Amino acid sequence: MSDISPAISRFSDLANPTRFLALSARLIPWLAAITAVLFAIGLHLAFSTEGDYQQGDTVRIMYIHVPAAWLSMMCYTIMSMSAIGTLVWRHPLADVAAKAAAPLGAAFTLVALVTGSLWGKPMWGTYWVWDARLTSVFILFLMYLGLIALNRAMDDPSKAARVTAVLILVGFINIPIIKFSVDWWNTLHQSESIMRLDGPTIDAQFLWPLFTMALAFTLLFFTLHLMAIRNEIWRRRIAAQRRLAARMAAREE
Amino acid sequence: MTHPFYVYGSYGFAAAMIIAVIAWTWIDGRLRRKEIAALEASGIRRRSQRPPEGKAK
Repeated sequence: MSDISPAISRFSDLANPTRFLALSARLIPWLAAITAVLFAIGLHLAFSTEGDYQQGDTVRIMYIHVPAAWLSMMCYTIMSMSAIGTLVWRHPLADVAAKAAAPLGAAFTLVALVTGSLWGKPMWGTYWVWDARLTSVFILFLMYLGLIALNRAMDDPSKAARVTAVLILVGFINIPIIKFSVDWWNTLHQSESIMRLDGPTIDAQFLWPLFTMALAFTLLFFTLHLMAIRNEIWRRRIAAQRRLAARMAAREE
Repeated sequence: MTHPFYVYGSYGFAAAMIIAVIAWTWIDGRLRRKEIAALEASGIRRRSQRPPEGKAK
């Protein structure tokens, strides 16, 4: 294996669950500490900046709604990359990563839906409308729940991994639909105002708390994802050891 | 503060969800660690963590 390039070697090192556990044990405390500091700064900025001249203080809902909505799509994208890893390379951690991410994605999507609904009532006059953006995000939430249920419904882990991976990739079509729904259809939800080619249309005083909270949410996701992957690796090792113990007990009889 | 119910309601719900997810992940990890410790205590170890066969005898 001496001709293997250092980059591939590093990648294959991470594919080893034992090395992953050692790396995550070092990373998780640092990530958690940075996340806590960013949340403290973000929340301070979120409540110390001025309210909007039209929306009043409801603009502060944006600092949790937008990061949660970003994460709901980012999490599904990570699951889709993991699904490719499962189907193409049979990466030992790919299925673990997808399985661990699904409940987190569902939680952040629910936060985006509920906070959006609570923002909608005072601004739009209604908690909910079946417009393209809201409906496609609701479908994303249902897909997360469906993927969790499907994965847990099958007894054979390798079959569950492959079937779930296929469904994840089929469902990825919903991500560009969510992203461009506000441009393709007439929606009550506003169109894109941050990631635009001509720059954000939001004032800088709102952007700072938004970016700080978005970074805090993103690091929170990665901290929780690492922890959830670690838990899943342990769960699979425990199941393997129990099977081994049962075989040894059967041999002794 | 204008619309306090909607602002605090949003932050309250987000905080409750985040705390619940953190607690669930952390408790799950603690339970798995306890299970691994219980298995090791009963002598069931991973192949890589077992002493070499020759030395064990």
